Amino acid sequence: MTMRPLRNDTPGKLVAVEGLDGSGKSTQVYLIKRWLELSGYKVFFTEWNSSSIVREATRKGKRRNLLTPTTFSLIHCTDFADRYERNILPMLKAGFIVLADRYKFTALARDTVRGCPLEWVEQLYSFAFEPDITFYFSLPLRTALDRILGGRPALKYHEAGMDLGLSPDPVESFKIFQGRIHKAYELLAKNRGFTRISSGRPVEAIQEEVRGVLRDRIDLAHYKAVARWIVR
Amino acid sequence: MIPSARFRFYGEGIPGVNLADLKGKLIVLEGPDASGRSTQIALLTDWLERRGHAVEHVGLKRSTLVSGELGKAKEGNILSPRTLSLFYATDFADQLENRILPALRAGFIVLADRYIYTLMARDIVRGADLAWLQSVYSIALVPDLVMYLRVAPQKLLERYIYRGRELDYWEAGMDIGYSRSWYDSFIRYQTELHRSFMRLQAIYGFVPVNGMRTPRAVTRELQTRIEAVIGPTA
Repeated sequence: MTMRPLRNDTPGKLVAVEGLDGSGKSTQVYLIKRWLELSGYKVFFTEWNSSSIVREATRKGKRRNLLTPTTFSLIHCTDFADRYERNILPMLKAGFIVLADRYKFTALARDTVRGCPLEWVEQLYSFAFEPDITFYFSLPLRTALDRILGGRPALKYHEAGMDLGLSPDPVESFKIFQGRIHKAYELLAKNRGFTRISSGRPVEAIQEEVRGVLRDRIDLAHYKAVARWIVR
Repeated sequence: MIPSARFRFYGEGIPGVNLADLKGKLIVLEGPDASGRSTQIALLTDWLERRGHAVEHVGLKRSTLVSGELGKAKEGNILSPRTLSLFYATDFADQLENRILPALRAGFIVLADRYIYTLMARDIVRGADLAWLQSVYSIALVPDLVMYLRVAPQKLLERYIYRGRELDYWEAGMDIGYSRSWYDSFIRYQTELHRSFMRLQAIYGFVPVNGMRTPRAVTRELQTRIEAVIGPTA
Protein backbone atom coordinates (compact mmCIF):
# COMPACT_ATOMS: atom_id res chain seq x y z
CA MET A 1 0.00 0.00 0.00
CA THR A 2 1.41 3.38 -0.89
CA MET A 3 1.05 6.21 1.56
CA ARG A 4 -0.39 9.51 0.54
CA PRO A 5 0.02 12.03 3.30
CA LEU A 6 -3.22 13.52 4.54
CA ARG A 7 -3.23 17.27 3.98
CA ASN A 8 -4.49 19.65 6.61
CA ASP A 9 -7.68 21.06 5.08
CA THR A 10 -8.86 22.93 8.17
CA PRO A 11 -8.58 26.68 8.74
CA GLY A 12 -5.96 25.99 11.45
CA LYS A 13 -2.24 25.38 11.13
CA LEU A 14 -0.35 22.45 12.53
CA VAL A 15 3.24 22.98 13.61
CA ALA A 16 5.19 20.03 14.95
CA VAL A 17 8.57 19.94 16.62
CA GLU A 18 10.68 16.82 16.55
CA GLY A 19 14.17 15.91 17.61
CA LEU A 20 16.19 13.84 20.06
CA ASP A 21 15.85 14.20 23.81
CA GLY A 22 18.16 17.04 24.75
CA SER A 23 17.82 18.78 21.40
CA GLY A 24 16.19 21.78 23.04
CA LYS A 25 12.92 21.41 21.15
CA SER A 26 10.69 21.69 24.22
CA THR A 27 12.33 24.94 25.28
CA GLN A 28 11.92 26.33 21.78
CA VAL A 29 8.31 25.32 21.34
CA TYR A 30 7.49 26.75 24.76
CA LEU A 31 8.97 30.08 23.71
CA ILE A 32 7.01 29.96 20.46
CA LYS A 33 3.84 29.38 22.40
CA ARG A 34 4.60 32.31 24.72
CA TRP A 35 5.44 34.55 21.77
CA LEU A 36 2.23 33.71 19.93
CA GLU A 37 -0.07 34.00 22.90
CA LEU A 38 1.52 37.21 24.16
CA SER A 39 1.11 38.64 20.67
CA GLY A 40 -2.57 37.75 20.75
CA TYR A 41 -2.71 34.81 18.36
CA LYS A 42 -4.96 31.80 18.71
CA VAL A 43 -2.51 29.13 19.74
CA PHE A 44 -2.90 25.70 21.30
CA PHE A 45 -0.09 23.58 22.69
CA THR A 46 -0.10 19.80 22.96
CA GLU A 47 2.45 17.29 24.18
CA TRP A 48 3.18 13.68 23.28
CA ASN A 49 1.70 11.09 25.61
CA SER A 50 -0.48 13.23 27.79
CA SER A 51 -4.02 11.95 27.35
CA SER A 52 -5.58 10.92 30.64
CA ILE A 53 -7.53 7.80 29.74
CA VAL A 54 -4.78 5.85 28.12
CA ARG A 55 -2.05 7.11 30.42
CA GLU A 56 -2.92 4.61 33.12
CA ALA A 57 -2.46 1.61 30.83
CA THR A 58 0.72 2.99 29.33
CA ARG A 59 2.19 3.55 32.77
CA LYS A 60 1.27 0.07 33.96
CA GLY A 61 2.68 -1.51 30.81
CA LYS A 62 5.93 0.36 31.18
CA ARG A 63 6.30 -0.22 34.90
CA ARG A 64 5.72 -3.94 34.62
CA ASN A 65 7.61 -4.34 31.35
CA LEU A 66 4.57 -5.83 29.69
CA LEU A 67 5.14 -4.08 26.41
CA THR A 68 6.48 -5.58 23.20
CA PRO A 69 7.42 -3.41 20.19
CA THR A 70 3.95 -3.98 18.70
CA THR A 71 1.95 -3.21 21.84
CA PHE A 72 4.28 -0.31 22.66
CA SER A 73 3.49 1.11 19.26
CA LEU A 74 -0.26 0.47 19.47
CA ILE A 75 -0.70 1.87 22.96
CA HIS A 76 1.08 5.07 22.02
CA CYS A 77 -1.02 5.34 18.89
CA THR A 78 -4.17 4.84 20.97
CA ASP A 79 -3.06 7.64 23.20
CA PHE A 80 -2.21 9.82 20.25
CA ALA A 81 -5.57 9.13 18.55
CA ASP A 82 -7.39 10.19 21.69
CA ARG A 83 -5.45 13.44 21.89
CA TYR A 84 -5.70 13.99 18.16
CA GLU A 85 -9.47 13.61 17.97
CA ARG A 86 -10.21 15.33 21.26
CA ASN A 87 -7.76 18.24 21.10
CA ILE A 88 -5.72 18.65 17.96
CA LEU A 89 -8.42 18.22 15.33
CA PRO A 90 -11.08 20.35 17.07
CA MET A 91 -8.56 23.14 17.62
CA LEU A 92 -7.47 23.02 13.98
CA LYS A 93 -11.10 23.19 12.92
CA ALA A 94 -11.57 26.13 15.25
CA GLY A 95 -8.79 27.90 13.35
CA PHE A 96 -5.98 27.70 15.89
CA ILE A 97 -2.26 27.38 15.39
CA VAL A 98 -1.61 24.03 17.03
CA LEU A 99 1.90 23.48 18.36
CA ALA A 100 2.76 19.84 18.92
CA ASP A 101 5.77 18.95 21.04
CA ARG A 102 6.50 15.67 19.24
CA TYR A 103 4.08 14.32 16.69
CA LYS A 104 3.67 11.11 14.75
CA PHE A 105 7.29 11.16 13.56
CA THR A 106 8.36 10.42 17.12
CA ALA A 107 6.44 7.17 16.78
CA LEU A 108 7.80 6.47 13.32
CA ALA A 109 11.36 6.87 14.57
CA ARG A 110 10.98 4.95 17.85
CA ASP A 111 8.79 2.14 16.64
CA THR A 112 10.86 1.35 13.58
CA VAL A 113 14.00 1.31 15.72
CA ARG A 114 12.16 -1.22 17.92
CA GLY A 115 11.60 -3.38 14.83
CA CYS A 116 8.08 -2.49 13.68
CA PRO A 117 7.81 -2.24 9.88
CA LEU A 118 7.83 1.40 8.75
CA GLU A 119 4.87 0.91 6.45
CA TRP A 120 2.74 -0.55 9.24
CA VAL A 121 3.47 2.34 11.59
CA GLU A 122 2.83 4.85 8.80
CA GLN A 123 -0.54 3.26 8.07
CA LEU A 124 -1.37 3.21 11.75
CA TYR A 125 -0.91 6.97 11.93
CA SER A 126 -2.31 7.70 8.48
CA PHE A 127 -5.46 9.25 9.98
CA ALA A 128 -3.42 12.20 11.27
CA PHE A 129 -2.65 15.23 9.12
CA GLU A 130 0.84 15.94 7.90
CA PRO A 131 1.96 19.08 9.75
CA ASP A 132 2.10 22.35 7.84
CA ILE A 133 5.57 22.80 9.28
CA THR A 134 7.72 20.21 11.03
CA PHE A 135 10.72 21.67 12.80
CA TYR A 136 13.50 19.19 13.29
CA PHE A 137 15.95 20.25 15.95
CA SER A 138 19.18 18.63 14.97
CA LEU A 139 22.41 18.53 16.83
CA PRO A 140 25.33 16.13 16.91
CA LEU A 141 24.44 12.90 18.66
CA ARG A 142 27.29 13.28 21.13
CA THR A 143 26.07 16.70 22.25
CA ALA A 144 22.52 15.41 22.78
CA LEU A 145 23.84 12.48 24.80
CA ASP A 146 26.01 14.73 26.96
CA ARG A 147 23.07 17.00 27.70
CA ILE A 148 20.84 14.16 28.82
CA LEU A 149 23.40 12.03 30.59
CA GLY A 150 24.97 15.05 32.29
CA GLY A 151 21.72 16.26 33.77
CA ARG A 152 19.88 13.16 34.90
CA PRO A 153 21.08 10.33 37.09
CA ALA A 154 18.59 7.49 36.34
CA LEU A 155 17.28 6.54 32.90
CA LYS A 156 13.89 4.93 32.62
CA TYR A 157 13.69 1.43 31.17
CA HIS A 158 12.01 2.26 27.86
CA GLU A 159 13.67 5.62 27.57
CA ALA A 160 17.03 3.85 27.60
CA GLY A 161 15.76 1.32 25.08
CA MET A 162 16.49 -1.46 27.57
CA ASP A 163 13.67 -3.53 26.05
CA LEU A 164 15.79 -3.93 22.92
CA GLY A 165 18.51 -5.80 24.80
CA LEU A 166 21.25 -3.63 23.33
CA SER A 167 23.30 -3.60 26.50
CA PRO A 168 22.75 -4.52 30.15
CA ASP A 169 24.09 -1.10 31.11
CA PRO A 170 21.35 1.56 30.91
CA VAL A 171 23.74 4.32 29.87
CA GLU A 172 25.34 2.21 27.14
CA SER A 173 21.91 1.07 25.99
CA PHE A 174 20.66 4.65 25.92
CA LYS A 175 23.61 5.71 23.76
CA ILE A 176 23.07 2.96 21.19
CA PHE A 177 19.30 3.49 21.21
CA GLN A 178 19.56 7.25 20.72
CA GLY A 179 22.07 6.66 17.94
CA ARG A 180 19.53 4.58 16.07
CA ILE A 181 16.72 7.07 16.72
CA HIS A 182 19.02 9.78 15.43
CA LYS A 183 19.52 7.86 12.19
CA ALA A 184 15.78 7.28 11.82
CA TYR A 185 15.11 11.00 12.34
CA GLU A 186 17.74 11.98 9.79
CA LEU A 187 16.07 9.74 7.24
CA LEU A 188 12.63 11.16 8.01
CA ALA A 189 14.02 14.70 7.83
CA LYS A 190 15.19 13.99 4.31
CA ASN A 191 12.03 12.23 3.10
CA ARG A 192 9.32 14.19 4.84
CA GLY A 193 10.45 17.75 4.21
CA PHE A 194 11.30 18.73 7.77
CA THR A 195 12.57 22.23 8.43
CA ARG A 196 15.95 21.61 9.97
CA ILE A 197 17.09 23.87 12.78
CA SER A 198 20.65 23.51 14.05
CA SER A 199 20.35 23.29 17.74
CA GLY A 200 23.83 23.84 19.14
CA ARG A 201 23.49 27.63 19.46
CA PRO A 202 22.20 30.18 21.98
CA VAL A 203 18.50 29.79 22.75
CA GLU A 204 17.73 33.31 21.52
CA ALA A 205 19.39 32.79 18.14
CA ILE A 206 17.48 29.58 17.53
CA GLN A 207 14.22 31.18 18.65
CA GLU A 208 14.75 34.06 16.24
CA GLU A 209 15.25 31.63 13.37
CA VAL A 210 12.14 29.62 14.27
CA ARG A 211 10.00 32.75 14.56
CA GLY A 212 11.32 33.86 11.17
CA VAL A 213 10.20 30.59 9.58
CA LEU A 214 6.75 30.89 11.14
CA ARG A 215 6.37 34.48 9.92
CA ASP A 216 7.39 33.42 6.41
CA ARG A 217 5.25 30.35 6.13
CA ILE A 218 2.12 31.25 8.07
CA ASP A 219 -0.03 34.30 7.50
CA LEU A 220 -0.04 35.10 11.19
CA ALA A 221 -2.46 38.03 10.89
CA HIS A 222 -5.07 35.48 9.98
CA TYR A 223 -4.77 33.88 13.43
CA LYS A 224 -5.20 37.03 15.49
CA ALA A 225 -7.60 36.30 18.33
CA VAL A 226 -10.65 38.48 18.65
CA ALA A 227 -10.13 41.18 21.29
CA ARG A 228 -11.94 39.44 24.13
CA TRP A 229 -9.55 36.50 24.00
CA ILE A 230 -6.42 38.51 24.52
CA VAL A 231 -4.95 38.01 27.95
CA ARG A 232 -3.76 41.28 29.38
CA MET B 1 0.23 -36.34 16.72
CA ILE B 2 -0.88 -33.17 15.03
CA PRO B 3 0.94 -32.43 11.78
CA SER B 4 2.75 -29.10 11.99
CA ALA B 5 0.91 -26.16 10.48
CA ARG B 6 2.27 -23.68 8.04
CA PHE B 7 1.25 -20.46 9.71
CA ARG B 8 1.48 -17.04 8.17
CA PHE B 9 0.58 -13.49 9.11
CA TYR B 10 -1.88 -11.37 7.17
CA GLY B 11 0.88 -8.82 6.61
CA GLU B 12 4.34 -8.33 8.00
CA GLY B 13 3.10 -9.57 11.34
CA ILE B 14 4.84 -9.36 14.68
CA PRO B 15 8.54 -8.54 14.41
CA GLY B 16 10.91 -11.33 15.36
CA VAL B 17 8.50 -14.28 15.27
CA ASN B 18 9.72 -17.51 13.71
CA LEU B 19 6.61 -18.99 12.12
CA ALA B 20 8.21 -22.40 11.80
CA ASP B 21 8.10 -22.66 15.61
CA LEU B 22 4.31 -22.56 15.68
CA LYS B 23 2.96 -26.07 16.04
CA GLY B 24 -0.57 -25.82 17.37
CA LYS B 25 -3.84 -24.87 15.70
CA LEU B 26 -5.69 -21.59 15.84
CA ILE B 27 -9.45 -21.95 15.67
CA VAL B 28 -11.75 -18.95 15.81
CA LEU B 29 -15.44 -18.78 16.62
CA GLU B 30 -17.08 -15.53 15.61
CA GLY B 31 -20.64 -14.41 16.17
CA PRO B 32 -22.65 -11.80 18.04
CA ASP B 33 -23.42 -11.89 21.76
CA ALA B 34 -26.12 -14.45 22.59
CA SER B 35 -25.30 -16.41 19.44
CA GLY B 36 -24.22 -19.31 21.66
CA ARG B 37 -20.48 -18.76 21.35
CA SER B 38 -19.56 -19.33 24.99
CA THR B 39 -21.71 -22.45 25.25
CA GLN B 40 -20.11 -23.86 22.13
CA ILE B 41 -16.60 -23.04 23.28
CA ALA B 42 -17.22 -24.83 26.58
CA LEU B 43 -18.58 -27.88 24.73
CA LEU B 44 -15.72 -27.87 22.23
CA THR B 45 -13.18 -27.61 25.04
CA ASP B 46 -14.63 -30.71 26.75
CA TRP B 47 -14.56 -32.54 23.45
CA LEU B 48 -10.99 -31.54 22.58
CA GLU B 49 -9.62 -32.23 26.05
CA ARG B 50 -11.32 -35.63 26.12
CA ARG B 51 -9.39 -36.38 22.95
CA GLY B 52 -6.15 -35.37 24.63
CA HIS B 53 -5.59 -31.95 23.12
CA ALA B 54 -4.28 -29.08 25.23
CA VAL B 55 -6.58 -26.09 24.80
CA GLU B 56 -5.90 -22.40 25.37
CA HIS B 57 -8.66 -19.79 25.39
CA VAL B 58 -8.41 -16.22 24.19
CA GLY B 59 -11.06 -13.64 23.53
CA LEU B 60 -11.62 -9.93 23.41
CA LYS B 61 -10.79 -7.55 26.23
CA ARG B 62 -8.81 -10.16 28.13
CA SER B 63 -5.27 -8.83 27.95
CA THR B 64 -3.18 -8.19 31.03
CA LEU B 65 -2.08 -4.93 29.52
CA VAL B 66 -5.24 -2.95 28.87
CA SER B 67 -8.40 -4.96 29.61
CA GLY B 68 -9.11 -3.10 32.86
CA GLU B 69 -8.61 0.33 31.35
CA LEU B 70 -10.61 -0.65 28.29
CA GLY B 71 -13.54 -1.68 30.48
CA LYS B 72 -13.36 1.58 32.39
CA ALA B 73 -13.21 3.64 29.22
CA LYS B 74 -16.24 1.85 27.77
CA GLU B 75 -18.27 2.49 30.89
CA GLY B 76 -17.78 6.19 30.55
CA ASN B 77 -18.35 6.13 26.81
CA ILE B 78 -15.73 8.81 26.39
CA LEU B 79 -13.39 7.48 23.75
CA SER B 80 -13.72 8.36 20.10
CA PRO B 81 -14.37 5.40 17.79
CA ARG B 82 -10.79 5.47 16.54
CA THR B 83 -9.31 5.56 20.01
CA LEU B 84 -11.52 2.68 21.10
CA SER B 85 -10.55 0.80 17.97
CA LEU B 86 -6.83 1.23 18.67
CA PHE B 87 -7.35 0.32 22.32
CA TYR B 88 -8.90 -2.97 21.21
CA ALA B 89 -6.07 -3.49 18.74
CA THR B 90 -3.61 -3.09 21.62
CA ASP B 91 -5.59 -5.61 23.66
CA PHE B 92 -5.55 -8.01 20.71
CA ALA B 93 -1.81 -7.61 20.08
CA ASP B 94 -1.04 -8.22 23.75
CA GLN B 95 -2.97 -11.49 23.72
CA LEU B 96 -1.51 -12.48 20.36
CA GLU B 97 2.04 -12.11 21.63
CA ASN B 98 1.61 -13.30 25.17
CA ARG B 99 -1.05 -16.00 24.87
CA ILE B 100 -1.67 -17.13 21.30
CA LEU B 101 1.90 -17.36 20.02
CA PRO B 102 3.32 -19.09 23.14
CA ALA B 103 0.41 -21.58 23.14
CA LEU B 104 0.92 -22.37 19.47
CA ARG B 105 4.64 -22.84 20.07
CA ALA B 106 3.74 -25.35 22.78
CA GLY B 107 1.43 -27.21 20.40
CA PHE B 108 -1.88 -26.15 21.95
CA ILE B 109 -5.16 -25.78 20.18
CA VAL B 110 -6.08 -22.14 20.67
CA LEU B 111 -9.83 -21.52 20.76
CA ALA B 112 -10.47 -17.85 20.13
CA ASP B 113 -13.81 -16.53 21.32
CA ARG B 114 -13.85 -13.92 18.53
CA TYR B 115 -10.81 -12.51 16.75
CA ILE B 116 -9.95 -9.51 14.60
CA TYR B 117 -13.09 -9.84 12.46
CA THR B 118 -15.51 -8.77 15.19
CA LEU B 119 -13.23 -5.82 15.93
CA MET B 120 -13.13 -4.87 12.27
CA ALA B 121 -16.87 -5.35 11.72
CA ARG B 122 -17.71 -3.12 14.68
CA ASP B 123 -15.41 -0.41 13.37
CA ILE B 124 -16.73 -0.64 9.84
CA VAL B 125 -20.25 -0.07 11.13
CA ARG B 126 -18.91 3.02 12.89
CA GLY B 127 -17.41 4.37 9.70
CA ALA B 128 -13.81 3.18 9.84
CA ASP B 129 -11.83 2.77 6.65
CA LEU B 130 -11.44 -0.91 5.74
CA ALA B 131 -7.95 -0.45 4.28
CA TRP B 132 -6.79 1.18 7.51
CA LEU B 133 -8.24 -1.65 9.59
CA GLN B 134 -6.65 -4.26 7.37
CA SER B 135 -3.31 -2.59 7.84
CA VAL B 136 -3.67 -2.32 11.62
CA TYR B 137 -4.57 -6.02 11.83
CA SER B 138 -1.93 -7.14 9.37
CA ILE B 139 -0.11 -8.16 12.58
CA ALA B 140 -2.62 -11.00 13.05
CA LEU B 141 -1.91 -14.64 12.46
CA VAL B 142 -4.09 -16.31 9.82
CA PRO B 143 -6.20 -18.87 11.73
CA ASP B 144 -6.57 -22.48 10.61
CA LEU B 145 -10.31 -22.14 10.78
CA VAL B 146 -12.78 -19.31 11.31
CA MET B 147 -16.43 -20.17 11.93
CA TYR B 148 -19.13 -17.57 12.10
CA LEU B 149 -22.28 -18.34 14.07
CA ARG B 150 -25.22 -16.73 12.32
CA VAL B 151 -28.29 -15.87 14.32
CA ALA B 152 -30.97 -13.44 13.17
CA PRO B 153 -31.09 -10.19 15.19
CA GLN B 154 -34.67 -10.84 16.35
CA LYS B 155 -33.64 -14.23 17.66
CA LEU B 156 -30.64 -12.71 19.48
CA LEU B 157 -32.91 -10.22 21.16
CA GLU B 158 -35.30 -12.94 22.27
CA ARG B 159 -32.44 -14.94 23.74
CA TYR B 160 -31.11 -11.90 25.56
CA ILE B 161 -34.37 -11.05 27.19
CA TYR B 162 -35.42 -14.63 27.76
CA ARG B 163 -32.25 -15.14 29.81
CA GLY B 164 -33.08 -12.10 31.87
CA ARG B 165 -30.06 -10.21 30.60
CA GLU B 166 -30.19 -6.52 30.00
CA LEU B 167 -29.32 -5.33 26.54
CA ASP B 168 -25.77 -4.06 26.48
CA TYR B 169 -25.27 -0.43 25.45
CA TRP B 170 -22.55 -1.33 22.95
CA GLU B 171 -24.17 -4.51 21.61
CA ALA B 172 -27.24 -2.42 20.92
CA GLY B 173 -25.10 0.12 19.07
CA MET B 174 -26.54 2.91 21.21
CA ASP B 175 -23.33 4.94 20.77
CA ILE B 176 -24.07 5.28 17.06
CA GLY B 177 -27.39 6.99 17.61
CA TYR B 178 -29.59 5.06 15.18
CA SER B 179 -32.59 5.41 17.45
CA ARG B 180 -33.46 6.23 21.04
CA SER B 181 -35.32 2.96 21.22
CA TRP B 182 -33.04 0.19 22.42
CA TYR B 183 -35.03 -2.35 20.45
CA ASP B 184 -34.81 -0.49 17.14
CA SER B 185 -31.18 0.36 17.68
CA PHE B 186 -30.30 -3.24 18.54
CA ILE B 187 -31.98 -4.67 15.45
CA ARG B 188 -30.47 -2.06 13.16
CA TYR B 189 -27.00 -2.38 14.67
CA GLN B 190 -26.94 -6.17 14.56
CA THR B 191 -28.15 -6.07 10.96
CA GLU B 192 -25.37 -3.66 10.00
CA LEU B 193 -22.86 -5.77 11.88
CA HIS B 194 -23.94 -8.83 9.95
CA ARG B 195 -23.59 -6.91 6.70
CA SER B 196 -20.02 -5.96 7.67
CA PHE B 197 -19.28 -9.58 8.48
CA MET B 198 -20.46 -10.58 5.04
CA ARG B 199 -18.12 -8.00 3.54
CA LEU B 200 -15.26 -9.42 5.57
CA GLN B 201 -16.21 -12.96 4.69
CA ALA B 202 -15.59 -12.16 1.04
CA ILE B 203 -12.04 -11.18 2.00
CA TYR B 204 -11.17 -13.59 4.78
CA GLY B 205 -13.35 -16.58 3.95
CA PHE B 206 -15.13 -17.66 7.15
CA VAL B 207 -17.27 -20.73 7.40
CA PRO B 208 -20.82 -19.59 8.18
CA VAL B 209 -22.64 -21.84 10.65
CA ASN B 210 -26.36 -21.64 11.21
CA GLY B 211 -26.69 -20.84 14.90
CA MET B 212 -30.48 -21.07 14.99
CA ARG B 213 -30.55 -24.79 15.73
CA THR B 214 -30.21 -26.79 18.93
CA PRO B 215 -26.84 -26.40 20.66
CA ARG B 216 -26.17 -30.09 20.01
CA ALA B 217 -26.70 -29.75 16.26
CA VAL B 218 -24.45 -26.70 16.16
CA THR B 219 -21.73 -28.50 18.15
CA ARG B 220 -21.81 -31.43 15.74
CA GLU B 221 -21.23 -29.16 12.78
CA LEU B 222 -18.42 -27.28 14.54
CA GLN B 223 -16.78 -30.57 15.47
CA THR B 224 -16.89 -31.79 11.89
CA ARG B 225 -15.27 -28.55 10.69
CA ILE B 226 -12.60 -28.75 13.37
CA GLU B 227 -11.87 -32.39 12.64
CA ALA B 228 -11.18 -31.45 9.05
CA VAL B 229 -8.40 -29.19 10.37
CA ILE B 230 -6.91 -31.19 13.24
CA GLY B 231 -7.41 -34.67 11.84
CA PRO B 232 -9.33 -37.62 13.31
CA THR B 233 -9.02 -38.91 16.87
CA ALA B 234 -5.52 -39.84 17.95
